[in-house]
Amino acid sequence: MATLDIKLKKANKVYREGELVKGAICVDAGKSEIAHQGITLVMEGSVNLQLSAKSVGLFEAFYSSLKPLQLINYSLDIAKPGKLPSGRTEIPFEIPLKAKGNKELYETYHGVFVNIQYSLKVDMKRPLLAKDLQKTCEFIVEYSDKDKAEKAKPKPVQFTISPETLTNVKEKQNVPKFKVKGKLESAVLCITKPLKGELMVEQCDTQIKSIEIQLVRVETCGCAEGYAKDATEIQNIQIADGDVCRGISIPIFMIFPRLFTCPTLSTNNFKVDFEINIVIVFQDNHLVTENFPIKLTRF
Amino acid sequence: MATYEWQPLQRNYDLESQRKSLVTEAALSHPLQSITVTDVKADKRGTQAKKKAEDVKKSSSFIDPLSSLGPLASSFEGSDPLSKIASQGIDQAPRGTRTKSEDGLDETFEPWSAKKAGILTKYTTSEKLSITTSFLSSADKEKMVIKSHASTTVTDKVRNRLEQLDDFEEGSVQEMLNLSQQDYVKRIEELNQQLITAWENDQRVKALKIVIQSAKLLSDVSVIQFYPSKFVLVTDILDTFGRLVYDRLKEKAVYIPAGSGVARSLPDNFTPDMVSEGAKETCRNWFFKIASIRELIPRFYVEVAILKCYSFLNVGEYNDALQRLADMIRGIGDPLVAIYARCYLSRVGILVAPQTKDHLMPCFDDFLTTYSQVHSDTVQNTLAVQKMEMPRYLTLFSPALDWLLQCLANKSSEKTLMEVLQKSKKHCNSALLLNSIISAFKPEFVAVRAVQFTDMIKECEDTGFPKHYLYRTLGLCLVMADPPEDQQLTVLNEVWKTVMKLKNPADYIGCSEIWIEYVVKHFGKKEVNKILADIIKHMTPDRAFEDFYPQLQSVVTKILAHIHDFSVLFSIDKFLPFIDMFQKESVKVEVCKNIMEVFVKHQVEPTNDPVIINATMFVCKTMHDSVNALTLDDERKMISNLIAGFIRNISFGRDFERQLSFYVECRSSFSNLDQVLVQLIQNVNDLSMETRRVVKGNHSRKTGNFVRACAAYCFITIPSIQSSVAQLQLYLLSGQCALLNQCYSQTDAFFKAFISLIPEIPKTLQVDGKTRSTEPILVEHIYNFLSTLLIVPDNPDAGVLYLLRGLLNILQNYLWETQTDYKVLVYTRVLALLSAMSQDSYLYHADRVDSNDSMYGSDPKFLNELKSMCSTLVEEVLSYLKTLAQSELYKRQSLVSLELFQTIVCHGDIREPSLFSLATKLWGLAQKHGELDTKIMVRCLNGVKSKAAASTIREYTELASKLSLESRT
Repeated sequence: MATLDIKLKKANKVYREGELVKGAICVDAGKSEIAHQGITLVMEGSVNLQLSAKSVGLFEAFYSSLKPLQLINYSLDIAKPGKLPSGRTEIPFEIPLKAKGNKELYETYHGVFVNIQYSLKVDMKRPLLAKDLQKTCEFIVEYSDKDKAEKAKPKPVQFTISPETLTNVKEKQNVPKFKVKGKLESAVLCITKPLKGELMVEQCDTQIKSIEIQLVRVETCGCAEGYAKDATEIQNIQIADGDVCRGISIPIFMIFPRLFTCPTLSTNNFKVDFEINIVIVFQDNHLVTENFPIKLTRF
Repeated sequence: MATYEWQPLQRNYDLESQRKSLVTEAALSHPLQSITVTDVKADKRGTQAKKKAEDVKKSSSFIDPLSSLGPLASSFEGSDPLSKIASQGIDQAPRGTRTKSEDGLDETFEPWSAKKAGILTKYTTSEKLSITTSFLSSADKEKMVIKSHASTTVTDKVRNRLEQLDDFEEGSVQEMLNLSQQDYVKRIEELNQQLITAWENDQRVKALKIVIQSAKLLSDVSVIQFYPSKFVLVTDILDTFGRLVYDRLKEKAVYIPAGSGVARSLPDNFTPDMVSEGAKETCRNWFFKIASIRELIPRFYVEVAILKCYSFLNVGEYNDALQRLADMIRGIGDPLVAIYARCYLSRVGILVAPQTKDHLMPCFDDFLTTYSQVHSDTVQNTLAVQKMEMPRYLTLFSPALDWLLQCLANKSSEKTLMEVLQKSKKHCNSALLLNSIISAFKPEFVAVRAVQFTDMIKECEDTGFPKHYLYRTLGLCLVMADPPEDQQLTVLNEVWKTVMKLKNPADYIGCSEIWIEYVVKHFGKKEVNKILADIIKHMTPDRAFEDFYPQLQSVVTKILAHIHDFSVLFSIDKFLPFIDMFQKESVKVEVCKNIMEVFVKHQVEPTNDPVIINATMFVCKTMHDSVNALTLDDERKMISNLIAGFIRNISFGRDFERQLSFYVECRSSFSNLDQVLVQLIQNVNDLSMETRRVVKGNHSRKTGNFVRACAAYCFITIPSIQSSVAQLQLYLLSGQCALLNQCYSQTDAFFKAFISLIPEIPKTLQVDGKTRSTEPILVEHIYNFLSTLLIVPDNPDAGVLYLLRGLLNILQNYLWETQTDYKVLVYTRVLALLSAMSQDSYLYHADRVDSNDSMYGSDPKFLNELKSMCSTLVEEVLSYLKTLAQSELYKRQSLVSLELFQTIVCHGDIREPSLFSLATKLWGLAQKHGELDTKIMVRCLNGVKSKAAASTIREYTELASKLSLESRT
C-alpha cells in the first residue's frame, strides 16, 4: 500500500513571512513501482469565520462577509505523470511564504468562531482503479517583524476583590465577607511568556473551595454595521485548592497555550481579544469572578 | 591346617628412628604461589599491600614462619585471590561514599527507598477506600461485557456498545468504593502496570491520563491515616512516569558530535545544546500539555515527576522551576496535602539537582506560615468526621517533614540549623516540628546543643504532638553523638525528670529504652542502677512489663553492648531484679542467652569473682532448666555451648579443690545437657593433668588424693551422659589421665568400663540427619586403646594381660557387620601390639609408670604367653580369610591377606620358616584373583625391598626375590 507524507524541515513547523517553507514529499511505494498522473502541492492559508448558533438569525445579512478569507494560495506541480520506483522516494520542495496580493499574514489561531490556518496539501492523481492519495500538513505562522509589532511592556494591574467591588449582586447581605488582594505583573503580555502575578486571601468568612484563573477568548465577527461578539473559555487553571491559608501570597502562573492563543488581533472583518478571569469558588459553590482584559503580543 | 608359630621381631627402636629421620631443608618457595609474579607491580593494589607487608616486616625483627608476615607470605602477597578481594573491598568502600558525597549528599542521608517501607507499614487503615479512575481493572471490564450480553433488546445492545466505546475513548470516570487496603494497593499497582503497558503501546495520552488521575488521588484526604502510604504508592507511579518520559526523550535526542556525521545517543552528562531540535520540541510539548492541566494538585505532581526533562531545554531551568513549584504549593489548602507535596518536590529536587537548595528554605518557611492551618475549621471537620485525635493526626506529618528537613540539613552549615531553629521557635514552636528537626539534623549538631534542646522541648507548645516522642528522638540523637561532657548530666537530669512522670507505661518504656543507652555510655553503674530501679518501678504495677518484653529486652541488649565488665554489670543491684521481670519463660531464656553470648564473647580472662559466678550460674541455670524433651536440637546445642563457654571461663587459679567443687556444683546444676557434662569431664581431666604438671609428677599424699578424687568425679559422671560414643571416648581419656597420674586401680576401672561398654555401642548413629555406622568410630577408639594398653601395667591380682584378653573376648563375641573386615583388622593391630610388648624395652613409656617391660623383665613365660596369643590370632585371621573365599568377596580377601602380610613383614620375625612361608602364601593369595591394584602391590614390594636393604637380616632379600608380581593381562 503506497503512502504519501509531507515532512517539514523545521521540527516545530513555525515559519515567518518571507521565509522559505522547506521540506520533502515522501512517497513510500511499497514493494512494486507505482504509476501516477501527476503530483501537485498546494499551500493554503485562510481565515474561517463562523457565526455562533445563537446569533445566526440576526446576521444572515452579513453572509457575504463570512466567506473564508484567503491569505495565501499557491499550487505547484511536483512531478509530471509517470512512475515512481518501489521503496521510498523523497521529493524536496521549497515555497516562499508570502501573502497573496495586498493581504496580510495573520498568526495561526484556532478558535471557536475564528480560525486562522495554514496548510500544505499534496495530491497524487492516480490512474483508474487506484485511489488518489492525499495528505495535508499544517504549519504555523508567526509574526516576523520585530520593529513593526507592538511589544509587551510592564503594565502592572493591582486589584482587590471584596463584596463591595462586585457589580451584579442584588442582595449583598448574602455575600460572605471576604477580601482578596493581588496583582498581575502586566496587562500587556508577550505570548511566549507566562502570565504571572500573585494573590492573597486577606480575609474570608467562609471556606474557600478553589481559586482559578480562566483564560477567555473574545471573538468578534462582522463589521461596523453589526457584529457578533462571543466569549468562550480557552483554559482554566486552578491555583488554589481547598481552604487556603490567609495572608499568604499565592502565585498566579499560566502558560498561554499554543495554537489557541495569538497576539491580540483586530481587522476590518473580525477581532480576537483575550481576557483573564479570576474565579473564587466558595464552599457552597457560589463563585466570585473578576475580569481583566489583557493584550497579547508576539514580542 | 598347619599352625603357624608367631615369632615377634626383635627391634631396636632408637636405631630405627635414627635411620628414619629425614634431612631437613629450608623451604623458600611457597607451594601455592602462582608462577607469574611479574605483573604484581602493575597491580597497584597488590604492590601497596606488599609494601605494607614489607613495612611491617622491617619493624619486626622476629619472623614467625607461620604468620602471614613470614618470608613465604611476603612473596605470596598480591597474588592471593582472597586477600586481593578483601583489599578491593576495603578500597572500594570509601570510594563509594566519596562519589556519593560528590553528589552532594551526606553519608548519613537516608534515601527515600529506605523510608518507603517504614511508611507503608506504619500508616495503615482498616477503613474502606475508594479510587476514582477511568482505567478499571480488566476484571471489572469483563463484568461489564457480560452485563451487556445479558441485555436482550437490540437497542440496549447498541447503547451498551456505544457506552463501552465511550469508555474506551474518553475514559468515563468511575469511582470504586469500598476497597480494602489490600485491594487499594493492588489497584494502584495495576494502574502502574497499565501505565507501562500504555506507554509501550505508544498510547501517550492514555498514559498521561493515568498519571493525572493517580496524582488526583493525592488531593483526597478521606481516609486520612492512610494518606502517607497512599503518597508512597502514588508517587511510585509518578516516578515511573517521569522515568518513562525522560528515557524516551533521551532515546529520541540523538546528537551528531562535531566532526562526525553519525548520530549518537546522548552521553549521561549531556548539555542542552547537544539535544536535537525535535527532542526539544517534544519535551516542550510535554510541559505545555502539563501546564494546561486544570487542577492544581495533578498539575503540580506531574510537572515535578518530569522535572528531570528540563535538562533537555536549559541549564539553569531547575532552579527557577523548583522555586516556582515551591511557591505553587502555597495554593494547596490542606496542610497535610501541602507538606507531602513539599516532600515530593524536595525528593525529586535532591535527585535531579542535589546542588540546588534555594527552594528548600522557602518550602520550610511556607510550612511554618501555613502551620496554623492545622487548627482551621476544614481540618477540624475532617478529623471530627474521621474520629481522629489531634496527636495522631500530627504524627501523619512526620515522614514528610522529616524528609524535608533532612534535605534541608543535607550538607548544610550550623548556621542553617540555627536559622531553622530560630524560625521554628518564632513561628510555631511546635513539638511536631522540633521532633523532625532533631531527627533530621546531624546528631553532632544536636548533641552540642543538648541542653538547649531539652529546654526547647520543655518550652514548646504541646499541640497534641506527644512530648515523649521528642524525648525519644533526642535520646536517639544523643546516643549517636556525644554531647559535651559538662552538659551530659544536666541533660539527663532534665530529661529524666519528665520521663519519670510519664504515666502511660508504653510512652515511658519507649523513652527509657532509648535513654538507657545514653546512661550506659556516659555514666557509671550508680546511674544505671537508678534508671533500672525506675524502670522496674514503672513496669511492675499491673504487671505492665508483660506487654513490653521486646523493649525490656532491648534495654538489656543495650546495657550488654556497653558494659563488658561483668563484675561491674552484676554489681548493679537492680540488674538481676530487672532480669526477673521477664516472667515469660521463652523471653527470659532469650535474655539469658543474650547475656551469656556477651559473656562468652567478652570475658577474655577466666575469672573467679564470686559475684559473677553466682549471677552467671543463675542465668545458666535458667537456660538449662528451659531445656525439655520438646526443645529443638539446635536450641539445645546453643545453650550447651553457652554454658560450656561459661564453665571454661571460670578459673580459681591454683585453688584446684575449689575448682573441682565448682565443677561438682556445675554437674548438679546442668545434668541435662550432654555437651556440658562432656565439657566438665574434660575440664576435670585437665585439672588432674594440671595438678600433675604442678607437682612435676611426684604426687604427694594430698595431690594423690586429689587426682583420685578427679578420677572418681569422672567415673561417676560419665555414665550419666546419654551418648555412649561420648562415654566410650571419655572412659578412654579419663583412663589415660588416671594412668598418667599413677592411679592404677582407677585406670583399670576406666578401661574395664571401656571394654564392657563396647557391646552396648549402638550399631548406627544419626549424624546431620543421616544414618552412619558406628563401626569406624568404634574401631578408632579401639586402636587408640590398644596403643594405651602397651604401657598399662598388669594388675598383679588378675592374670597376665587380662585387659587385652577381656577386650579380645568382647571383640570375639561382638556382632560385626558382615560387609566389613574391621574385626580382623583389629586383630592385626593386636598382633602388632603383642609384638611390641615382646620387646625388651617398649617404644614409649609414661613418666613414672612402670610398664610390663620392667615388671616382667622379658620373662620367658610372659613371652610365651604372648606368642601363644599371637598364634591364636593368626589362626583366627586365617580362618576368617577362608570364609572370604567366594568370588564376590575376593577383593576383601585380597585386602585382608595383604594386611596380614604387611603385619608379618613389619612385626614378625621372618627368619622363622613358618612365618616366611606364610608371608609368601599370603602374597600369593593377595594376588590370586587380580582384584588389587598393581600399584599397591608394587609399592608393597618396594617396601620389602627397602627393608631388605636397610636390615641385616638376609631373609628379607630372599623374601623380596620370592615375591613375584603377577601382571594382569
